[in-house]
Amino acid sequence: MKPTSHAFKQNAREALADPQLRRALGNVPTGFIQKRANARARLPEFDDLRDVARDIKNHTLAHLDLYYDAYEQRVTAAGGQVHWAETAADMRRIVLDICRAEGARVVTKGKSMIAEEVALNEHLEAAGLEVVETDLGEYIIQLRHEPPSHIIAPAIHLNKEQVEESFRARHAGLPEDRKLDDAPALVGEARQVLRQKFLSADVGITGANFLVAETGTSIIVTNEGNGDLTQTLPRVHIVLASIEKMVPTLEDVTTILRLLARSATGQEFSSYTTLSTGPRRAGDPDGPQAYHVVILDNGRTAMLGTEFHDMLRCIRCGACINHCPIYHAVGGHAYGWVYSGPMGAVLTPALIGIEEAGHLPNASTFCGRCEEVCPMRIPLPKMMRHWREREFERHLAPLSQRWGLGVWAAVARRPALYRAATAFAAAALRLVARGRGRVSWLPLAGGWTRHRDFPAPQDRTFMQLWRERSHG
Amino acid sequence: MKTQKTTVALFVTCLVDLFRPSVGFAAIRLLEDAGCRVEVPDAQTCCGQPAYNSGDRADARELARQTIAAFEPYDWIVAPSGSCAGMLRKHYPLLFADDPAMRDRAEAVAARTWELVSFLVDVLGVERVPQTVNLHATYHDSCSGLRELGIREQPRRLLSTINGLKLTELADADVCCGFGGTFCVKYPDISNDMLEKKTAAIAATGADVLLAGDLGCLMNMAGKLKRQGSPVRAWHVAEVLAGMTDDPAIGEGT
Repeated sequence: MKPTSHAFKQNAREALADPQLRRALGNVPTGFIQKRANARARLPEFDDLRDVARDIKNHTLAHLDLYYDAYEQRVTAAGGQVHWAETAADMRRIVLDICRAEGARVVTKGKSMIAEEVALNEHLEAAGLEVVETDLGEYIIQLRHEPPSHIIAPAIHLNKEQVEESFRARHAGLPEDRKLDDAPALVGEARQVLRQKFLSADVGITGANFLVAETGTSIIVTNEGNGDLTQTLPRVHIVLASIEKMVPTLEDVTTILRLLARSATGQEFSSYTTLSTGPRRAGDPDGPQAYHVVILDNGRTAMLGTEFHDMLRCIRCGACINHCPIYHAVGGHAYGWVYSGPMGAVLTPALIGIEEAGHLPNASTFCGRCEEVCPMRIPLPKMMRHWREREFERHLAPLSQRWGLGVWAAVARRPALYRAATAFAAAALRLVARGRGRVSWLPLAGGWTRHRDFPAPQDRTFMQLWRERSHG
Repeated sequence: MKTQKTTVALFVTCLVDLFRPSVGFAAIRLLEDAGCRVEVPDAQTCCGQPAYNSGDRADARELARQTIAAFEPYDWIVAPSGSCAGMLRKHYPLLFADDPAMRDRAEAVAARTWELVSFLVDVLGVERVPQTVNLHATYHDSCSGLRELGIREQPRRLLSTINGLKLTELADADVCCGFGGTFCVKYPDISNDMLEKKTAAIAATGADVLLAGDLGCLMNMAGKLKRQGSPVRAWHVAEVLAGMTDDPAIGEGT
């Protein structure tokens, strides 16, 4: 998808003015947050597991080349094929080539944020393939031609009525009197349509939560079972992953899995944890005849060793998003690309450039809730600040901001001058407030006074009063 | 054996200096009542957060250098703000990661820096304050104090010892009020949305007083409450603990 991250402010304004979206977003804090808190409370070693998980990923990232080689060898030995995609275009080309070589017409897809990142669906459809999302949320937004608004709940911005409307518009032959007014009815309707697609698909594409170097296994966790049908029924299974999904062993996976669902949805475990290692073997009752894994870089290896290195520990649980008050205000689409919330604010500039995504790491109060809940202990606010530093160094920050900051800092670095300036400011502001204790309009402070009054100084400055008091 | 009083250097903070000196005087009263001798180093201005959080590391380092030099002679450094105390404690050492000599000095200052209320409770062992009021209050946990310094129980514990103060817990007390320093003017509409949720939660408590430990957040919330015509008055927690609620509340006229 074409990013609109540069228009974050405008996107946010539109989101704030959308009453339906605001109702939908209202459910995020009450649902996810309480469920995660309960799940954490039921597992006394939760925070210790976070340390272990962080160390596993740090170790893996430090030896990524070795684990990549080991993983590729295992997949090859199992009869599969690993492809390295340096860019989004490479991944699109590799996947389309596989589909063409297999003579595919219909492609089913499990949820994959990597596919969203490289805009795979559009590319395959332009080449004449029918692409069907099988995760319910992804299926709904595919019908509506919308991007996901949350990495684990892609249709969280919609309500039931909007989903019903989409089904009625796009499902041919759906009787008008069929009731579709509750979630089970909607799920039933989607299931009927998707079942036919599962059976007719030539290629199944899934994402990956983990790539296991020890065994050459890729693992997905889902709650709908659609991933299993996507990868076992078609002739060809293609796994899309990014490089940081690598972990050394299955034991490491079990450690991180204890954190993943609890952090994401508050479940102890997702309903399905599906492992796949190569194509069908002689004697296997089912499974694909061909097995491909396409691993995407798209700027990630360039993050290694930089101040953004720790972001590569992310396991895409969405906890930071669920706890972010900015996300609660504007939702995921405002961020203008695939990833939203705090993880998006750090990752998006690394993948599509700080020139495009500069607003994202700035639109944070550094309240620190994201870091507090991150199962991988990623210091998200610190990395957002590093993006601001990059912007400042490259003179990308607005001129007014640089200028204001420069004057302020020059004065603050000279305490005597600062005393005089603050004494003057206190007097001037009190004059403007005329004893009311506040002002409702101030030049250059429109951002503040548009929505709230500005409390005026109470008196002369503390330093003036203190000097008077201590020196008579 | 140490016989003289504990000497505390007060880091006034730039907002208290300019907007609400009574918070500084409340801090001094609380510290003196707890047996400290308080000094106010003259060379202090601002901790540098506006520069630091805007990506201007060079200016942030210069202000950190100045603040460290002003405060390093003292046993303890105390600020009536979780945000500024957090800057000294958690962020100054990071600013000098590549300068071992400065980093050592920053770490030495960081180790002796405390937010006011947590200093009273955790270091000085203050268990009660001798105040009597007639107020129904609610308390907002400012983000930096809560998550960087672990300040949550300390203010509640001291407030609970005030005669006549009823404290009603605020729903989502740990959620940001939308201030965020320059954030509130860079993204005013988002900030306002967060702020409206906060003032709605404040109204739902039925309290007539809002307390918090950071003046930035308080000015933000008080400014909104005033704009909305709310009768809720806002004070810094230090002012109430020090019995200084006779003065007009934040944003109120004389």
